[in-house]
Amino acid sequence: MPNSRDPDVFRRDLLVSAAASAAVMTAPSLAGAQQAGSAVPAMKVSFTVNGKTRDLQVDTRTTLLDALRESLHLVGTKKGCDHGQCGACTVIVDGRRINSCLTLAVMHQGGSITTVEGLGTPDKLHPMQAAFVKHDGYQCGYCTPGQICSAVAVLGEIEAGIPSHVSTDLNVKPQATAAEFRERMSGNICRCGAYSNIVEAITEVAGRKA
Amino acid sequence: MKSFTYERARQPAEAAAAAARTQGAKFIAGGTNLLDLMKLEIETPTHLIDVNGLAFDKIEPTPDGGLRIGALVRNTDLAADARVRRDYAVLSRALLAGASGQLRNKATTAGNLLQRTRCPYFYDTNQPCNKRQPGSGCSAIGGINRQQAVVGASDACIATHPSDMAVAMRALDATVETVRPDGGARQIPIAEFHRLPGDTPNVETALDPGELITAVTLPPPLGGKHLYYKVRDRASYAFALISVGAIVQPDGSGRVALGGVASKPWRIEAAEAELPRGAEAVTAKLLADAKPTSQNDFKLPLVKRTLAAVLAEARG
Ligand SMILES: Cc1cc2nc3c(=O)[nH]c(=O)nc-3n(C[C@H](O)[C@H](O)[C@H](O)COP(=O)(O)OP(=O)(O)OC[C@H]3O[C@@H](n4cnc5c(N)ncnc54)[C@H](O)[C@@H]3O)c2cc1C
Ligand code: SF4
Ligand code: FES
Ligand code: FES
Repeated sequence: MPNSRDPDVFRRDLLVSAAASAAVMTAPSLAGAQQAGSAVPAMKVSFTVNGKTRDLQVDTRTTLLDALRESLHLVGTKKGCDHGQCGACTVIVDGRRINSCLTLAVMHQGGSITTVEGLGTPDKLHPMQAAFVKHDGYQCGYCTPGQICSAVAVLGEIEAGIPSHVSTDLNVKPQATAAEFRERMSGNICRCGAYSNIVEAITEVAGRKA
Repeated sequence: MKSFTYERARQPAEAAAAAARTQGAKFIAGGTNLLDLMKLEIETPTHLIDVNGLAFDKIEPTPDGGLRIGALVRNTDLAADARVRRDYAVLSRALLAGASGQLRNKATTAGNLLQRTRCPYFYDTNQPCNKRQPGSGCSAIGGINRQQAVVGASDACIATHPSDMAVAMRALDATVETVRPDGGARQIPIAEFHRLPGDTPNVETALDPGELITAVTLPPPLGGKHLYYKVRDRASYAFALISVGAIVQPDGSGRVALGGVASKPWRIEAAEAELPRGAEAVTAKLLADAKPTSQNDFKLPLVKRTLAAVLAEARG
């Protein structure tokens, strides 16, 4: 394979294997987004993704998640629930982690977006990516891009002194403890239950930073 | 999702006028509740007015020594503000007990107040629901209603308001500031902001069509111990079964507001006179008119015990 990391090739492979394993597999976001026959309001939007400027023309209904996956073929970011309940779609926008499924692409004119693809590369992993590999912080891997984006942002939030539900004193700087990581990572669900290894991976990166 | 046109608001009064004038228009702030409901076609706006560009993202002192919180201040920033952590800790605690880190980074002060109920039948468009479709009936009455209200409900609707933040704001006696479509400003006490369902559970707040929230103001600090206890089915990232927000003074007097029991944060000032007599006496007054169902009558002892724990912690 000349370039197995080419996103288009990767995506095509995915679709082929999905079609092979399931009789009816449609792209629900695309199918749901178009209404036959009616004029669909479209808009131009431009933002940077992983440092590159991207200009898009989108149906106003397009979520940031669908813009990343369907328009830009950055399929690292995953769609789990599409309702803010699982965290699989977590990306970092203007320095903050958010659920990309509950925001519209057109709301991010001029914004700066980092996805899991922008944190590191397969040859040069981000320390959090490397720690997830080392500590086996996943099984199927579906929640992992969201977990990693979230974990990177969590360390930044602790560093910035943002308190959490488990911080005992609101007026002292929160600590990088396992209890804090568990609470702060609660917006990322892992169906495979890799939680304890995820906490170990974050703990290692936090320790390295300190 | 139904299709819609989209514009970015530039000026508050203009945005309010546009919202009132344009059929099917809605404001969008963090989008974390509205887009969820639009995907399910429970909300079907045909025009969205994005308010994120308005300059309502600051927390500023008021002349009387309180705080003015811009409508667009994110839940994360409000919870982390040094003044809020020090002087209004019940608000920080309530915010941090809600949703997830990702959601709090987007959720705004105004959007949080205006989030809609989590009643499962409201979310299921195949079921009758008077709030979603006035006159269709209430599926929760006689259905699964473990989460529902125990007080202040009606024969039309027994839904609860899901916000944690609003409970703290009720304990603090916050004021909601708005601009109306005619450009006039208005101040609404938080006690009058959310409504009881009565015959019109679809009408949830005191806001008029097109009215835009600009800020929420807090009165000068009250002192005392600030506590927010939330009881839920899992330890994080779950809505409240019940919650207790309290501000307790060294002399034992104080304020108590409840979440998860009604269509609005539940506070009865007269019940607070019972604080020196303890949780049982306060709860008896707060929930005197309670009409729980066989599935949610656990909320009554749960409120009493949670308040007892809060008061024990306040005593130190
Ligand atoms: C999985 C999940 C779990 C959650 N858990 C909790 C929880 O435990 N506790 C809790 O309290 N909340 C919880 N939430 C809800 C969350 O707090 C709300 O979604 C959020 O606060 C809404 O704010 P927003 O800015 O995103 O609002 P939006 O979705 O943008 O707007 C909500 C409503 O407010 C209106 N609006 C917005 N701004 C204005 C304005 N300035 N003036 C007038 N109208 C306006 C909009 O038109 C819309 O009707 C949860 C949400 C999710 C998805
Ligand atoms: S309780 Fe209210 S929101 Fe729930 S089904 Fe009944 S009318 Fe609808
Ligand atoms: S896909 Fe966005 S939170 Fe689940
Ligand atoms: S690794 Fe499978 S869902 Fe988390």
